[in-house]
Amino acid sequence: MQLYDLTIHELTALIKERKVSAHELTRAYLQRIDEVEEQVGAFITRTDELALQQAGDFDNNPVDKPLAGIPYGLKDNICTSGIRTTGASKMLEDFVPVYNARVAACLEDQQGILLGKLNLDEFGMGCSTETSAFQTTSNPWDLQRVAGGSSGGSAAAVAAGEVAYSLGTDTGGSIRQPAAYCGLVGLKPTYGLVSRFGAIANSSSLDQVGVITRDVKDCALVLSAIAGYDSQDGTSAKINIPDYFADLSGDIKGLKIAYPREYFRNSTDTAVARQVKRALHAYEQMGAIVEEVSLPHSEYALPAYYIISRAEASTNMARFDGVQFGLRDVKADNIVDLYANSRAAGFGAEVKLRILLGSYVLSSDCYETYYLKAMKVRRLIHDDFTRIFENYDIIVTPTTPTTAFCRDEYRGNLLSLYRNDILTVPVNMAGLPGISVPCGFIDGLPAGMQLIGKPFQEKMLLNAALAFEQAHDYYKARPALGGDK
Amino acid sequence: MALTSKEVEHLAILSRLALTDEEKALFAGQMNDILEFADKFNQLDTDNVEPMVYVLPANNVFREDEVIPGPTRDELLTNASAVEEGYFKVPKIL
Amino acid sequence: MNREYETVVGLEVHVELKTKTKIFCSCSTEFGAEPNTQVCPGCAGFPGTLPVLNRKAVEYAIKTGLALNCEIAEVSKFDRKNYFYPDLPKAYQISQYYMPICKNGHLDIEVEETKKRIGITRAHLEEDAGKLVHQGTITSTEYSLVDLNRGGMALLEIVSEPDMRSAQEARAYLENLRAILLFAGVSDCKMQEGSLRCDANVSVRPRGQTELGTRVEIKNLNSFRALEKSIEYEVRRQINAIEDGEELIQETRTWDEEKQVTRAMRTKEDAQDYRYFPDPDLAPVYISQEWIAQVSESMTELPNQARQRLVNDCGLPEYDASILTLTPATLKFFDEAITKYNQPKIVSNWIMGELNRLLNVNNMEIEDSRLVAGDLVELLKLIDAGTISGKIAKTVFEEMFSTGKKPEEIIKEKGLLQISDEDTLKGMIDEIVAANPKVVEDYKNGKEKAFGFFVGQLMKATRGQANPAIVNKLLQERLSRE
Ligand SMILES: [Mg+2]
Ligand SMILES: [Zn+2]
Repeated sequence: MQLYDLTIHELTALIKERKVSAHELTRAYLQRIDEVEEQVGAFITRTDELALQQAGDFDNNPVDKPLAGIPYGLKDNICTSGIRTTGASKMLEDFVPVYNARVAACLEDQQGILLGKLNLDEFGMGCSTETSAFQTTSNPWDLQRVAGGSSGGSAAAVAAGEVAYSLGTDTGGSIRQPAAYCGLVGLKPTYGLVSRFGAIANSSSLDQVGVITRDVKDCALVLSAIAGYDSQDGTSAKINIPDYFADLSGDIKGLKIAYPREYFRNSTDTAVARQVKRALHAYEQMGAIVEEVSLPHSEYALPAYYIISRAEASTNMARFDGVQFGLRDVKADNIVDLYANSRAAGFGAEVKLRILLGSYVLSSDCYETYYLKAMKVRRLIHDDFTRIFENYDIIVTPTTPTTAFCRDEYRGNLLSLYRNDILTVPVNMAGLPGISVPCGFIDGLPAGMQLIGKPFQEKMLLNAALAFEQAHDYYKARPALGGDK
Repeated sequence: MALTSKEVEHLAILSRLALTDEEKALFAGQMNDILEFADKFNQLDTDNVEPMVYVLPANNVFREDEVIPGPTRDELLTNASAVEEGYFKVPKIL
Repeated sequence: MNREYETVVGLEVHVELKTKTKIFCSCSTEFGAEPNTQVCPGCAGFPGTLPVLNRKAVEYAIKTGLALNCEIAEVSKFDRKNYFYPDLPKAYQISQYYMPICKNGHLDIEVEETKKRIGITRAHLEEDAGKLVHQGTITSTEYSLVDLNRGGMALLEIVSEPDMRSAQEARAYLENLRAILLFAGVSDCKMQEGSLRCDANVSVRPRGQTELGTRVEIKNLNSFRALEKSIEYEVRRQINAIEDGEELIQETRTWDEEKQVTRAMRTKEDAQDYRYFPDPDLAPVYISQEWIAQVSESMTELPNQARQRLVNDCGLPEYDASILTLTPATLKFFDEAITKYNQPKIVSNWIMGELNRLLNVNNMEIEDSRLVAGDLVELLKLIDAGTISGKIAKTVFEEMFSTGKKPEEIIKEKGLLQISDEDTLKGMIDEIVAANPKVVEDYKNGKEKAFGFFVGQLMKATRGQANPAIVNKLLQERLSRE
């Protein structure tokens, strides 16, 4: 085992026992990045110097915090003060924020070691990092395949041992889907649990910052560090935050698990469905009560999601106009050209498409037929879940209909590409917490199982995830890369 | 009721996006695909359904009226491509 | 004005609320700072920043709503109004379109002794835009400069029903509205500084017609005078157009202060599709009955209550009461004065007369002047004591107003004491009578004017300082002896 194969809680123990210094650990990770990054392509910006400095500071003055001295990476739509933050867009190629995202500040406060900023689909709009203006990230399990998206860089970096953990953002599955494709644990918290301040908005009512780790305990550790009320986020929830790590037992006797039949048929690959059914059987054997249910409006979630997310994205993207920050057409001699040319040059095709579609569904002629209708459908989807949660503790589904697909597999077939989100989108629509955990391999590629919880019941969700993890060792598998060969 | 390139052009003006003719045609096609797929939710009767904007529990989130100084002006202007005497600079307004 | 037409006016008033910080961020709202020094990543629209609502702005909106007899919405929310303009860095303005915080209120006005109730459709919270500095005029400028200090300040937009029927009514509405906002303490309402801004929707229709005529919106009216004059102009322009058989178009016009005309800015065809939709970054605002009650309890006297008090308790005419309650500072000045000098009508006369005249001439508000109520009281007491005459008092008052000095000081400095000493005056009268035998003759022949001549001569000789009552008495005695 290499240092970069270990989990956070394993590394923390080594650091506490002085068996390894933060500096040594950081060096090991930087060396690993040097080895494999060319194959993986997870980083947009590396912060080697800063990392070594942070490691030195910690070694000189060690603090007792759960994530202290642990190397991590941030999705590059999370603003970092003094460090370039691009959103994987040409628009922000040279953008250096003067403020930290709340979550970035939380990890800095933990005295973690920031190794760099990770690749994503441009502004989080995509599910394969293929819309990144800079590069497509490869799946460490099969370099011909995508790592998923939009937090593809965040997932690939963890899977490849380039960082111990990472943060991503999830609008319609952008943490859970790449986590599933890369054999990792990926958590999208309840809407409002983690501050969105400083995370570049994609679709404000759906976005949440979340965590990608190697195992469930790590996930709990990182969540504890970033969850909680933030006065800079008007949609931040004022609730008491438990210690998500403490007392995680994996004991789920009597837990009531529902599995919605709609999530196991049609577009879901039978092999994936079979793998999750096996997991459900395992849960039963651990003493959980497992029953089939129906979420009747599931099939309408995706169309409604397209409308709502594009509507919100279209106006969130409006601030990128070349005046206060970002790419600017310096030759434009009037304001209208300045806007239109800067935006045309700065945005990629997927972002432009979403802006246009969003503007369309919000225009006065379409508002009721599309936007308002979608908001009503959103209510129906939300109510479906609420009804199930009257009788059950968690809902289990596959995370994705298939395992990781190949680069360019969906070129020219947008709707098929979008269908990758079909099982994760409803969770964002309802604002619920969802976690993807590895549940086996299909033809050598990881498959993910999604656990969905009640609002702010992350602890129950983590405990259920841990129960499965303890009974299986899928999470221990590591892809063969670089020097591993 | 398919969207035309012409309508896409109007949306592009509204959204301040300079598009080539090829892009207009491409986007018109893609938008039509998505809208056609989205139209499926019209099968649902939603007459008595309250639209859902916020998934958060109902409680007020306020700031107190207290000044917190922002970054310096130099910091604020550092990412702008054109500044003059402490202002952001823009070309002629039509 | 042509009698066959009826004027219809509705006003949209933007009021800058007196919060210390902006509506969605913690930047200061202090007036007059260097450009872009009260700006944070939030109000400059930087990526990842989020709005968080200022509680005080909501409280001021509730207060205003209550003062304007509005319903306060139990739930209100914010929407995005999308358009690109360099003074709007997010390219959308956060405003309340679908669910405003206040609705269905009213305000009473009085024009030429006729009382009238003007409906208030709604009042909603929104953020202000930044300021553009054009190099040259807007049409000839090469480039513009953007200052975001004002961007994100808390505004309340108050929209009236089209209930006004003349420029005078519109002015009275705005004056009353301003008074209410000032008394409620929610805004400075300084039109010159832009903390009170007014747009007028103006149309005309043949008298008797029920549907409204084609409406024109006049933007950016920054004084009461501009409001009144622009409406008058616009009404004439519209009537002339109709009489000439021209078709009016629905458009936005601007008031040219120099030429005293309105000019077309843009037509309705140019109207943007603002794509309003609920801002997902801001949770709805829930206002409980308890909160409303709390705000209500914190409210002090409003102009109409003060007016009642002045009429009932101080015995002032309605007119005086309405002038004294135009600003809280005026009322405070009056109230302070009458606690020390219980002659409300005399105090009122001085405020409405000399004081307001001087304020107008100097384009000042009472709170900007150096005059304090106690000094006016001193002055009035000096008049009563016969120390100075009423006429001299006006001179003294002017000096008090411009220097802030005490009346006695001015009187001493300038030697303005009233001459009431009978012996001194008798001597002077003797001289004047002796020097004008012909006028004495006229007086004896019954010419009334002759008496006035002697008074005038005496006042001239004493530079107006002679006590008029004593002069009258002594002159009467002296002439009767001729
Ligand atoms: Mg407005
Ligand atoms: Zn600010």
